[in-house]
Amino acid sequence: MIEVRWHGRGGQGAVTSVELLAVAAIGVGKYAQGFPSFGPERRGAPVAAFSRIDDKKIKVRSGIYQPDVVVVLDSSLIGMVNVTEGLKPNGILIVNTPKSPEEVKKELNFSGTTATVDATGIARKEMGVPIANTTMIGALLKMIGIMDLNAMKESVEHRFGRIAQKNLTAMKRAYEEIKISN
Amino acid sequence: MAKRVGMEVAMAVAEAVGQCNIDMAAVYPITPQSHIAEHLSELIADGKVDAEFVTVESEHSAMSAVIGASGTGARVYTATSSQGLMLMHELLPIASAMRLPIVMGIANRAVSGPLNILNDHSDIMPQRDSGWISIFAENGQEAIDLSIQAFKIAEHKDVLLPVCINIDGFQLTHMVEPVEFPEQELVNKFLPPREPYATLHPGKPVTMGAFAMADYYPEMMKAKNEAIKNSKKTILAVWEEWAKIFGRRYSPVETYKAEGAEILLLTMGSMGETAEVAIDELRAQGKSVGLVKLRLWRPFPFEELKEAVKEAKKLIVTDRAVSFGGPGGPVFSEIKSALYHEEARPMICNYIIGLGGRDVAVTDFTGMIERVVQEDVKKIADTYEFWGVRE
Amino acid sequence: MTKKKEPDTWQEITTGCVVFQPGSASEYHTGSWRAQRPVWNNQKCIKCGICYIFCPEGCIQQSEDGFFQANMDYCKGCGICAHECWPRAIAMMEEG
Repeated sequence: MIEVRWHGRGGQGAVTSVELLAVAAIGVGKYAQGFPSFGPERRGAPVAAFSRIDDKKIKVRSGIYQPDVVVVLDSSLIGMVNVTEGLKPNGILIVNTPKSPEEVKKELNFSGTTATVDATGIARKEMGVPIANTTMIGALLKMIGIMDLNAMKESVEHRFGRIAQKNLTAMKRAYEEIKISN
Repeated sequence: MAKRVGMEVAMAVAEAVGQCNIDMAAVYPITPQSHIAEHLSELIADGKVDAEFVTVESEHSAMSAVIGASGTGARVYTATSSQGLMLMHELLPIASAMRLPIVMGIANRAVSGPLNILNDHSDIMPQRDSGWISIFAENGQEAIDLSIQAFKIAEHKDVLLPVCINIDGFQLTHMVEPVEFPEQELVNKFLPPREPYATLHPGKPVTMGAFAMADYYPEMMKAKNEAIKNSKKTILAVWEEWAKIFGRRYSPVETYKAEGAEILLLTMGSMGETAEVAIDELRAQGKSVGLVKLRLWRPFPFEELKEAVKEAKKLIVTDRAVSFGGPGGPVFSEIKSALYHEEARPMICNYIIGLGGRDVAVTDFTGMIERVVQEDVKKIADTYEFWGVRE
Repeated sequence: MTKKKEPDTWQEITTGCVVFQPGSASEYHTGSWRAQRPVWNNQKCIKCGICYIFCPEGCIQQSEDGFFQANMDYCKGCGICAHECWPRAIAMMEEG
């Protein structure tokens, strides 16, 4: 089972990301959970969202304390929120930033596998809005490889309709342009 | 072939209710039920469900509206949580006394004081005495199945009682997970149109909600109690039918790896699945432990419970609510009472957990079992404790 | 006094206490404890219908000739009709 914790700000679509991911994983026959950090939210406030994906039934329903992967949608959260808290020793950190993964490692004093991609830049280019949540799904799938990018197609189209293709393009670019430092 | 999809459980419940050919829904939104209310109103507004959605100004009005509508013979639905359910409280015993089939989804949420929107069972527990049939769902699939079954149970001529389906707020309602919607033709066959026992109609006037003094009231209460006690037969029959058609089996009390277990853990609601993981871990270590999951809350399944726990030495009952100044958690006190006269019964202890949405993790369950293994059970038995509260 | 039925056993009471006989409240003749009764003087009555509107029991009816009278099965003798009557056409007379 893979457990992912997403960090974002209210309104940036972290919850949408985990929902799309869960729906897509279930669509290809896997078991998945997608849920927000429970509670009232407001725009701009730091929020977390969670994904669990497995090939067999997921029974645990508690919060995720030791994620395998942490995805940071908004790099301004670094320093404000302890984004690597509980991350497993061989866990992966993925950050939405134009910086290199080496720079992020230094900034966070983190030595685990780190990956960065300028998802906001890609989103702005491909969709015209700096909303990086779907773009970052591409980055995540590159790092954990549990399913093909094509698995996202149906859930994204169902949610976004006309603008689905732009989201999928941005997702693919993140998948390809992500930089990794082990 | 039923299609397996990923969907948020609250929305899935609205979809499932939409499959039941309801005539009317009156739902007042409250976190965390709100997605049920919103999605059901969308389905009706978009014409996907042919029903009347009555917008009301409060939960009290919502319950009043469904009582009235059910009196006319309509198939009705409502949903609420926490303070909304508390606001409906004065009408709940009326709905059951009037023997009106009503289905209510409850997205269980902590009761205020202080204000809290997260999950626990303190909203449904004060409604124990209301005469409503009450069933707990453990996951999204159960939330769907139980909601559909509820109409059949409520409307059965030997039942004619309102039914509430308990779905843990946020823990279940806001979770996207795999669910399978039963095929519409099969649901239609399973749920034929309602045949009301009596209807309010100007062409044939009757009185519903009559007034009764001391010369009739106690007989009425006995009749209501017999009705809810006997409803268990119908509930079991409906579950049997569901298993035959849809392949998923439900029972009032379920056990997990409980054969020969010395220590049993008991849960109600969605935390049961997390508890299963704890049992797996401890069994792998060779510990003699098992899990009992209570699904049917009212009418209370006395025989099934006694059967499930009779061989254990120790029983840990977890409660997500507490009766202040009373004998502890509601589930604990009812089980204790149920076992009072039994020759063979375990030592029982009670942990109050998960209040106000505090996370219930695998480590909480393993911790409880370790405690019970180590400590002299006589010391902790027959008492209740708030688990994990900072001292 | 209207005769009340003996209480039924709990099994004999209708489900949900539904009363199937419509208009059964009319079996209770609430006029039986009346101490005074309204008497109309049709010479003074202007057929305005105020007595009919104000009667709390709803037992004042208009007859074919347009004048009013109370149904003595239900009239409790409260006197509100006499109090409200503009031309003072109603007098309250002692019973018995």
